[in-house]
Amino acid sequence: MSGRAPADGGRFRAGDNGENMSDGTDLLTAYDRQGHWCEMLGGDGAPAEHAAMVRNRLGRLTLSDLVRRAEIAERELYNLGITFTVYSERDVIDRILPFDVIPRIISPGDWDIIERGSKQRVAALNLFLHDVYHEGRIIKEGVVPAELIYGNAYYREQMRGVAVPHGSYVNVCGVDLVRDHLGRFKVLEDNARTPSGVSYVVENRHMMQRTFPDLMDEIGIRPVSDYGQKLLEAVAELAPSEVTDPQVVLLSPGVYNSAYFEHVFLAREMGVPLVEGSDLFVENDRVWMRTTAGKAPVHAIYRRIDDAFLDPEVFNPESLLGVPGIFGAYIKGNVGLANAVGTGCADDKAVYAYMPRIIRFYLDEEPILDNVETHICRERDGLAYTLANIENLVIKPVGESGGYGIVIGPRATREEIDDVRAKLTANPSNFISQPMIDLSVCPTLIDGMIEPRHVDLRPFVVTGQSSWVLPGGLTRVALRRGSLVVNSSQGGGSKDTWVLEP
Amino acid sequence: MTIGTKFLLARYADCSFWLGRYMERAESLARILDVNLHFSRDSRGSQNWRSIVQLNADEERFDEAYDVASYANVVHFYVLDRDNPSSIISTIRAAKENARALRPTISTEMWSHLNVFNNTMATLTSDDLKQSELSRVCANIKLECQTHAGITEGTFFRDQSWYFYLIGREIERADQTTRLLDIKYHLLLPPDQRVGSPVDVSQWNALLRSVAGYHAFRREHPRGMSPKQVAAFLLFNMSFPRSIALCLSQIDQHLHRLRSGFGLRAGISAMELLDETRAALAGHTSDTVVQYGLHEFSDYLQRQLMAITIAVRQEFCGAPTESDGD
Repeated sequence: MSGRAPADGGRFRAGDNGENMSDGTDLLTAYDRQGHWCEMLGGDGAPAEHAAMVRNRLGRLTLSDLVRRAEIAERELYNLGITFTVYSERDVIDRILPFDVIPRIISPGDWDIIERGSKQRVAALNLFLHDVYHEGRIIKEGVVPAELIYGNAYYREQMRGVAVPHGSYVNVCGVDLVRDHLGRFKVLEDNARTPSGVSYVVENRHMMQRTFPDLMDEIGIRPVSDYGQKLLEAVAELAPSEVTDPQVVLLSPGVYNSAYFEHVFLAREMGVPLVEGSDLFVENDRVWMRTTAGKAPVHAIYRRIDDAFLDPEVFNPESLLGVPGIFGAYIKGNVGLANAVGTGCADDKAVYAYMPRIIRFYLDEEPILDNVETHICRERDGLAYTLANIENLVIKPVGESGGYGIVIGPRATREEIDDVRAKLTANPSNFISQPMIDLSVCPTLIDGMIEPRHVDLRPFVVTGQSSWVLPGGLTRVALRRGSLVVNSSQGGGSKDTWVLEP
Repeated sequence: MTIGTKFLLARYADCSFWLGRYMERAESLARILDVNLHFSRDSRGSQNWRSIVQLNADEERFDEAYDVASYANVVHFYVLDRDNPSSIISTIRAAKENARALRPTISTEMWSHLNVFNNTMATLTSDDLKQSELSRVCANIKLECQTHAGITEGTFFRDQSWYFYLIGREIERADQTTRLLDIKYHLLLPPDQRVGSPVDVSQWNALLRSVAGYHAFRREHPRGMSPKQVAAFLLFNMSFPRSIALCLSQIDQHLHRLRSGFGLRAGISAMELLDETRAALAGHTSDTVVQYGLHEFSDYLQRQLMAITIAVRQEFCGAPTESDGD
């Protein structure tokens, strides 16, 4: 049969001959999770009961129907100008993670852990940020080394002593989670600056509602559509308290930013103007926007511009994206900013390693979500363990981002191992190490076949006076076989994420 | 009564204005190319493609890039040439860029259509523009522009932005009409050619068709067609959507709406310029305008429209004073 390719262990070719489904073959029968934890099937001895209904329905579709609907979805995204796949125009600037139509399903019980664990992390991050910009208790008590904070490129001395509304620094936090071979969720990193991707969460849901209404029928899926309103409420809570009807805006670097689509999406969902730096100005330490009727006050800003570009008078003087004087208005309490300035020193890899201790220090609680086991090489035990097990560990330099300088022990050459060993010995405090995690997989449509691909999950926590977690989050999928890298620049895609009603 | 008190970002006002202008310009250009293909033949039966270059005052830019004003060159210049900012492909792209900036406020249908239209334009090649194909291509472009107009009419939120969009569209319409009047009357009518000769009539016929006005004209003038009648129709008729008088009247209404309906205090000098222009138009008849010189009058109208554009953009959008941003 043209429909099977058994030699390849679980590949199933889409063809015109949908009739081969009439023998009762299930779409997922030939799918093999290849020993990984699977979001659709579960793990060894732990079948994913919660996904049974979706699995059965999915199984009854023909592969050709699945492929056809995926093509419709792809075409629609292209027409919306949020993806490019078919034609390659020389100046296309809108991009999207490719969309995979097979959803990732999360049980109510798992979600409860994720939700409580994410809120706990944000609570600890906010207390930590308040502390490092005020008394510095955690440093004085020797829990976190001073140089990790005060030597950090994202630490902003200008924020010292500045009170932020409700002590809420990280108003939007993306907590990157992975799931190991036993199905345990682990935090990979916290994104406390300007995490992106939430627009895909909502747009992917809309896409599924249009293309797979039959799959969702009568299944209680928690809605994701009120993100914009929750975000607006949280940002409005950062406005000066005497303003009763605050004007909120979204500040974007502009149409040529790779996340402009998301900025548009959020501005529309929040019902607020999308402004660029040049639309705003500061007069007498107050922020105004230029309108057809003259100037109009702005009270709170959801900014998608990094600290460094926010105010050329205070930070990068070359910045054309920012608003001169805005930082002055901010520290006088005349305008709220989400996220607060200076949150970057809390989402560094070096600080990440201390998160379990930070949670215990401020909240006197055990972390609900564990870190990936992390060895801090600045500490004697961590260094010794790392050097002894270097071939089995992932070694990460702490100051870098974007995967730069990471050595994956099991995949490294002899020279690379020797090189990183020398660096570790010379400057241990510059490194952490972690075991390689066998990330969970999800059935994914790849070239007309359903194959397992590794996924992660980024839930979004929105915090004004209190925290709220969008029930869902961004599931990114590494589309390349065997790849653990889910970033869009490295062949990553995204999936709709269904949190089931309890 | 104030129907809207919510502010509009100055930048959005500007982008709305240009979105309206660019879409109108693209449609107009497609009409002109199509009509020229069918109706503009001289006494020896050859088509004059250079007139389109003259019409748009693009001689300098055209001559730099092309040696002769052949069919292929002129059509390439006006449809596909990305280096020509007034080509259809550049115009649609500029419209799309303005729509992108306005994306937070416009409908998904409107954006999606414009995006698809722009993508379709990007796939056109010279092969698609062979003489046998041009009419179909132009028809498609017109249809897409009209689809845009329909989606916009049906989905555009009626805030200030809408009126800026309409002002942009009407200014462009009026501008296109003055250019047509000017070129046909001034450049295409050799001094020795007898007014009313068959070629002359066919050119006036083409002129009317290029503004989708032939049948409208016939409803007003069932018989005969004199240059003077056509000029008067395009200048003064208050029912024809592309006449100068109607366009100016609409701009006036939209400006009033912005000031009275939305409480905007800006726009005084734009209103003054507009009043002045409408008074000048009202002071003429078809006879006096010909005596005055149609070319001179068209020139005057174009200068006024440019001044109104600058005034609108400076007063409402805070645009810099030195250029009209075109």
